[in-house]
Amino acid sequence: MIPFIVIAALKVVFIFGVILSLVPVLIWMERKGAAYIQDRRGPNRASILGIRMGGVIHSLADALKLFTKEEIAASSVSKPIFYIAPMIAFFVAIVIVGVVPFAEPVAIAGYEFTLQIADLNAGLIYVFAMSSIGVYALLMAGWSAAGKYSMLGALRAAAQMISYEVALGLSVVAIFLLSGSLRLQDIVFDQGALVWHWNAVRQPLAFVLFIAALFAETNRLPFDLPEGESELVAGYHTEYSSMRFALFFMGEYTHIAVGSLIIATLFFGGWQFPFIDASIIRENINNIIIFGWPVAGIMALIFGWWLTTKFRRRYKDLRDFEPLVWGVPIMLFAVLLFISWAGLISRGYLDSIPAEVGDIAVFLIQMGTLLAKAIFFCAVFIWVRWTLPRFRYDQLMNLGWKVMVPLGVANVAATAAVMAFY
Amino acid sequence: MMEAILFYILASVAVIAALLVITRANPISSALMLVVCFLASAGIFAMLGATFLAVLQVLLYAGAIMVLFVFVIMLIQTDPKDLKKRQMTFGKLLGAAAAVYLAIVLGIAVWRPPFIAAPQAGEAFLTPSTIGHQLLTTYVLPFEILSVLLLIAIIGAVVLAKKKI
Repeated sequence: MIPFIVIAALKVVFIFGVILSLVPVLIWMERKGAAYIQDRRGPNRASILGIRMGGVIHSLADALKLFTKEEIAASSVSKPIFYIAPMIAFFVAIVIVGVVPFAEPVAIAGYEFTLQIADLNAGLIYVFAMSSIGVYALLMAGWSAAGKYSMLGALRAAAQMISYEVALGLSVVAIFLLSGSLRLQDIVFDQGALVWHWNAVRQPLAFVLFIAALFAETNRLPFDLPEGESELVAGYHTEYSSMRFALFFMGEYTHIAVGSLIIATLFFGGWQFPFIDASIIRENINNIIIFGWPVAGIMALIFGWWLTTKFRRRYKDLRDFEPLVWGVPIMLFAVLLFISWAGLISRGYLDSIPAEVGDIAVFLIQMGTLLAKAIFFCAVFIWVRWTLPRFRYDQLMNLGWKVMVPLGVANVAATAAVMAFY
Repeated sequence: MMEAILFYILASVAVIAALLVITRANPISSALMLVVCFLASAGIFAMLGATFLAVLQVLLYAGAIMVLFVFVIMLIQTDPKDLKKRQMTFGKLLGAAAAVYLAIVLGIAVWRPPFIAAPQAGEAFLTPSTIGHQLLTTYVLPFEILSVLLLIAIIGAVVLAKKKI
């Protein structure tokens, strides 16, 4: 028997690893998205031996730069608070993921296993509690830096986050009423696999309020007044450099990733695959593997072939060979898939697949579904950022207190009334 | 064993943070230390099995009320050097007397055996729905009186802040 604590530690490492590796991808998505929205090509210069991966290497270059940069702190800063603030910013962004369920519970080799770090009764309240702690990071950063811009940014951030926390909390009360539980796993089970039972369809107003308040909580455009570069240089992190700045930067993208996971879990059925229940996948696992295997091979073959056709002698150096470096191995992998498929079929291994394989397949499909939904919402975050202009501060406060809070209360009252009378 | 170690860590963090609240000259540091104290006590709640209470402690006290405190202190921007020199006042004498009284009561409580282990949180306080049920049935009168009290506080704040209503 593997002790409970080892499994818990492995889960923590795995989930945090997934979220952390999403961060550079999100930064790349942000740059590319911005570029295409503004009719540019975006990052495409940094390369390792000619391999550019469409600009992903830029994220790596940035990380290296930030790690090796000199750390500067003005002599007037309040040292301990100045140093702790970025850690809190990153910490609260990443601990929220602890209650997100990535798949339904499976029993593997006698273990009841859920890919969720902590299954709290008060799951969603925990999310709010942690994100409310995040205000301190901004306040402490802005105050301890002892600069006018930082201070103003911190005050704006605090006022904004406190205001929108109310709307954020109110918007999900209707969801609690529907599912009768605060546990995220219960909320996901309550929504089921049918798309019209998802909370985004049953509670469209709550969804709109939640996503707007989440934009405010993550300090993204159109709510990025705390940073407001045209007025405040960079707001609360003006005085930070090197990795301390990077922690704020990573914290922002982690917050987006985790926020997207929460949106997907609350409003878009979490790990539920649209229209296809997990039991259907389990029953038909034989057919899925027998037909899915060659289909994956064909897709890999087409993708690899498409990449290799991009090969041209354009730069007259290593960069020209990048399509081949990716395309040829993908095609070889496709061939490997075909051969292994034919081999397994002819030996009859695929006729009787043990039930565990079905469980694992369901597990992987559900995790992939949740991550796909989350990445979709990350893309929405990026899309909105490069489309909408920034609010004025009075508009921000009016929207928060005079529009979103009354709408949230009305939504809760209406949902409660409907549930009480039907 | 593990629980005892965790308890002593959390308890000592809470006590040290509480001491720092009253000894720091800088009001911001005091307020932040109070937050640490709240977080540590939330940890103790969680250890007793009352996760909902722990999370609410973080959300309401550390995450909402103290944020406003810190916010206001930052707006006022008192320089620690400008704070008044410590001097003996009636309020301080009263505070000292209260502290001595508290110490005596605590001393009596600590010296009187036997110690009993803190009970796990009862079933009635574990889940949000049971807590909500209790609040709206058994404790409905205190609950409503509290909401009136908060309303009075809000009206008072508005009256104080607005010259003309």
